[in-house]
Amino acid sequence: MNASEPSNPPPNEAVNIMKDNLPARHAVGKVWNVVFLLSTVFGIVILLILLGDISNKAFGYVAIEAKVQPTTLTASGTPLEQLSKDQMIVILEENLSKNRVKTLIKEEPLEERSKDDLLSIVVAEVVKPKVKKSWPLSESLFNKEAVLAEAAKTYPKAYVEFRNWLSRDFISSPQSSDALYAGVRTAILGSLDVIFLTILFAFPIGIGASIYLQEYAHDNWINRIIQTNINNLAGVPSIIYGMLGLTIFVRVIASLTSGYMFGYPNSDPNNGRTILSAGLTMALLVLPVIIINAQEAIKAVPNSLREASYGIGATKWQTVWSHVLPNSIPGILTGTILSVSRAFGETAPLVIVGAATYITFDPNSIFSKFTTLPIQVYQWTSRPQDEFRNIAAAAILVLLIVLLALNTIAILLRNRYSRRLP
Amino acid sequence: MNISLNIPSAAAMTSTASNGKYAVETNNLSIYYGKFRAVKEVSMKIERQKITALIGPSGCGKSTVLRAFNRMNDLIPISHSEGEVLFHGQNINSPDVDPVQVRRHIGMVFQKPNPFPKSIYENIAWGARINGFKGGKGDMDVLVEESLVGAALWDEVKDKLQQSGLGLSGGQQQRLCIARAIAVKPDIILMDEPCSALDPIATLRIEELMRELIQNYTIIIVTHNMQQAARVSDYTGFFTIDENRAGFLMEFGSTNHIFTNPNEKVTEDYITGRFG
Repeated sequence: MNASEPSNPPPNEAVNIMKDNLPARHAVGKVWNVVFLLSTVFGIVILLILLGDISNKAFGYVAIEAKVQPTTLTASGTPLEQLSKDQMIVILEENLSKNRVKTLIKEEPLEERSKDDLLSIVVAEVVKPKVKKSWPLSESLFNKEAVLAEAAKTYPKAYVEFRNWLSRDFISSPQSSDALYAGVRTAILGSLDVIFLTILFAFPIGIGASIYLQEYAHDNWINRIIQTNINNLAGVPSIIYGMLGLTIFVRVIASLTSGYMFGYPNSDPNNGRTILSAGLTMALLVLPVIIINAQEAIKAVPNSLREASYGIGATKWQTVWSHVLPNSIPGILTGTILSVSRAFGETAPLVIVGAATYITFDPNSIFSKFTTLPIQVYQWTSRPQDEFRNIAAAAILVLLIVLLALNTIAILLRNRYSRRLP
Repeated sequence: MNISLNIPSAAAMTSTASNGKYAVETNNLSIYYGKFRAVKEVSMKIERQKITALIGPSGCGKSTVLRAFNRMNDLIPISHSEGEVLFHGQNINSPDVDPVQVRRHIGMVFQKPNPFPKSIYENIAWGARINGFKGGKGDMDVLVEESLVGAALWDEVKDKLQQSGLGLSGGQQQRLCIARAIAVKPDIILMDEPCSALDPIATLRIEELMRELIQNYTIIIVTHNMQQAARVSDYTGFFTIDENRAGFLMEFGSTNHIFTNPNEKVTEDYITGRFG
């Protein structure tokens, strides 16, 4: 504002002991406004770069070279898709070893298999396509000619296609040693199972502990020490929790966590590397954060509400159950959602607790061996072949999508059950 | 709790005067916060079915005394009290008395309206339910209506009982809190500056309501408003602080006496606005 404008009252010289610094004060405000805006923009830009980088690897051209050209398999040179079941059985019997054919028949007689099933076996075991090179999305989109020219020149026998690594097959297939057929189904199921157990253990225990500390515990030195320790535990590196989980859940109570105690088939009483151990370890990891967040939420419930409840003859438990908890549950859930999201992406403790890195069967109980999405990503990124980088990127996208879905459900539930405070 | 307060039912209480003239008495009541004595040696007798006002300058401990009547001070961990608060002849501060039981019989209305963030209906019904209300849905409807009528709120809210209590105006919220208090049929209602957050019209309605409530209840009110004490109360206790900042009861008597012809010079100075 300009002080000389006629709308401003004329300065009273006798009374005016303040400096005429309003423009300067507004200027300072504007500077900070810009600083805050830039911080937000910075965060968003970094996030976009991250997403762009991942997407860049998850889609793009690939040059695939087959060990056996599909058209050479039959005399007529018909494409594989147009072959009949009988023709494919002939191809399998001609090209595979006798033992392999026997094994396949043992699993299911070839004649009884579906056409799609036979086709996939032919492709995987006879044609054996192999990724020679994959190009990132940016080059595939903006430099298509160069990519195609390079592919034609370097890999004359290969065929080039635009590949979406994040395909439906990728999500529904189990793990495989070949990147073209590898999928994340086992990892998704493993992650969901582990996180379900984590919530199951950590949520009730965390709320219980926070209610005790906030509503029941007296302010004495023992409780202050407990409080300080919980705050410190929230900052302990996750790998330490992994070591704790290894010692306690995988080793000491292995007969319980392996399912041996309950007569789970094929369980090793000395090896508790199971979903149960992982879930318990993750629960320990998120517990301090859940407790601290829940305590803050309980603290935010106004005391006037507690007094109102006590004032009409409510007991402590009735007050906590009917007023403190319902009014703090949105805050408690927010804290839980945040910490569980972190746990969903945790890798280090699970590596220590012993998530299997190569596993092709779905987890079918809490005593199963397992792998998780972050473990899978970690494993694939450390492989030297290019194409594993592609499926790692696709797996990261799956991880983000699953996380987003879980959080959306949790937030919708929270908003549905939250209430307005006085 | 093994030893229960020997309290006759509310109906018996209001119909017979044989329980004595006084609803509650204090004997040399001192209240401490840690080592600091906030209130020293208060002795007074609160008459049944009358309004007793506690007045005095800020920090004189009148709210603390009020909260001692239903052991609300127990919620402050560092506080403790000496002396007696006699309710039906029993010292409610004795260790074998359950504060929950005390508060069910001595209700409270707070300075800031604090309805539960629930429906208007639930605000009333909850207190009855947690105290073991035996009736069915129909009986509860009757109790809710009675309580709201008793708090002079029924006509304003009868069509929106399922709406949130927080949607009401400040004055209506405070009357809802009074309705909530009387729904559990207490003997005594403590009011801690119940009108300090309200406008003059809402204040007047609450004051009228208080005069109606004393047909069934005993009311003790803390107020900073001299006119309010003079208008509404039958008895007045004047508190002030000594040289150690401990509050004490300077003078207690009929409101008429305290406001027109107090025994103490300090009381007169405070009431006429010369100090405080």
